[in-house]
Amino acid sequence: MATHTGQLTPPAIRISGLTRSFGARTVLDGIDLDIPAGQFVALLGHSGSGKSTLLRAIAGLDHEVTGNGELRTPERVSVVFQDSRLLPWRRVLDNVVLGRRGKDARERGLSALAEVGLAGREESWPNQLSGGEAQRAALARSLVWDPELLLADEPFGALDALTRIKMHTLLRELWERHRPSVLLVTHDVDEAIVLADRVLVLEDGRVGLDLAIDVPHPRSYRDPLLSRYGERLLTALGVNDSPQDETRQGTAI
Amino acid sequence: MTDLASEGVTPAPAAGAQRPQAVSVDHLPPDPAGTQKSPAEPVARRRVRKLGPGRRLPASRLIGPLLVLAVWAIASATGQLDPGAIPAPWTVVRTGARLWTDGTLSTDVTTSLRRAAVGFTIGLTAGVVLALAAGLSRTGDAVIDGTVQLNRAIPTLGLIPLFILWLGIGETFKYAIIAIVVYVPIYLNLHSALSGIDKRFVELAEVVGLSRLQFVREVVIPGALPGFFVGLRLGVTGSWLSLVVLEQINATSGLGYMMFQAQNYGQTDVIIVGLLIYGIFGLVSDSGVRLIERRVLSWRRTLAN
Repeated sequence: MATHTGQLTPPAIRISGLTRSFGARTVLDGIDLDIPAGQFVALLGHSGSGKSTLLRAIAGLDHEVTGNGELRTPERVSVVFQDSRLLPWRRVLDNVVLGRRGKDARERGLSALAEVGLAGREESWPNQLSGGEAQRAALARSLVWDPELLLADEPFGALDALTRIKMHTLLRELWERHRPSVLLVTHDVDEAIVLADRVLVLEDGRVGLDLAIDVPHPRSYRDPLLSRYGERLLTALGVNDSPQDETRQGTAI
Repeated sequence: MTDLASEGVTPAPAAGAQRPQAVSVDHLPPDPAGTQKSPAEPVARRRVRKLGPGRRLPASRLIGPLLVLAVWAIASATGQLDPGAIPAPWTVVRTGARLWTDGTLSTDVTTSLRRAAVGFTIGLTAGVVLALAAGLSRTGDAVIDGTVQLNRAIPTLGLIPLFILWLGIGETFKYAIIAIVVYVPIYLNLHSALSGIDKRFVELAEVVGLSRLQFVREVVIPGALPGFFVGLRLGVTGSWLSLVVLEQINATSGLGYMMFQAQNYGQTDVIIVGLLIYGIFGLVSDSGVRLIERRVLSWRRTLAN
């Protein structure tokens, strides 16, 4: 799976004319979006801007989504939620392989746990894990499916700052090894620009800004080049009051 | 300790407060030997009132009952209690032994146990089946839930006269009443646990592509088990309660009947033997359910352990 050409291969996700309203409120207003296979995309937006709604629609979790266009997604899609969503009555390994059938399920689960740094914890109960560990287990659960597309809905939003930085590194490593397309919904501008190669800002139910981040990895949170992208995104989000420094402090919107 | 404390912005609030306040990064002393103190020195620390109940006393459940028994024995021995009203513990034991050896007690106990067991089993089965049917399908819910809620509003013991007319005064009627008393709490708790399954887990099941059957088996049933056990314990208690009532008013055998007869002859010791056996039944069955619960729900960490 080394294709990273973009133009030649068909896009992993193709969305056109996607609309979703809740009562009289239109949250997604005819979204058009293509994501090439293997691209790491972050989706930013104010709370209530429809980030999660879009993600849920792509995941197929929204059973009432409408639109006259198309919504094409790959076969194997995994979702990581903001909470780890581990079933408390199943041990960690059993959670990771949930729904996975076949003889190799256990082996896949063990290797996924090893990849996220939870080797040896397979027999633990979820409530014995810390927040970061639980989220690692959730990542392992998504890896077990060898996803072509990984959807992550603010997966690190509930973690402390230090754990979040570690998880950023881990997610980027996993992406480099497996190269799925990633759509990361986040409200953290720094998180978006450190991780993603392309950042989208959702605004008034449409993609308001589509910004490619041309900075090689591994990226430093203090890279001045990145903070310029940060400024740009904050401006697009309408919260850039002070021109300097603001972006460095893990600004959450 | 004074060095650090005096450097603080505010005066140290309590004697022995050891926390350095407002030490900026530049002033941090080099700390080659690990943290502040060697382990031999006692660490002065802030006193915090402990609010948890602390460690459990050994065999703490038995202390209260043993105390009651002791008071009872002493009062009897010193003649403070009227033996006609409350006989001495040893009299009760002797009576129990006599009833057991002449065979009447064992017959009564078996009869009572059978009633409770049969009624309970029917009630448990009915409660579980109905709750599953109502909790897992909308049609089932529409048909069953309202009916059970209606049934629940009528006190079951109030049904006794009607059931005697329908089923006669034999065993069937007793099984029926016990079963109804048992099924109601089991149904109610299991049903609410089933319909209270976290929506987020439903999403998760959709994402990993569980079939409907898998979803029920892996998510719904295990998630509803804690609620089920609440109902189960209420059901067990209910079966003993209804048994007592049934046997004391409409029976010709069983523990309740034995006690009822004893009342006619003024045999308080026999009544107390019966009460003690009821108590043991309740205690043993409740402990049994609790033991199973602890095994099955071992994933839960609560304040209790």
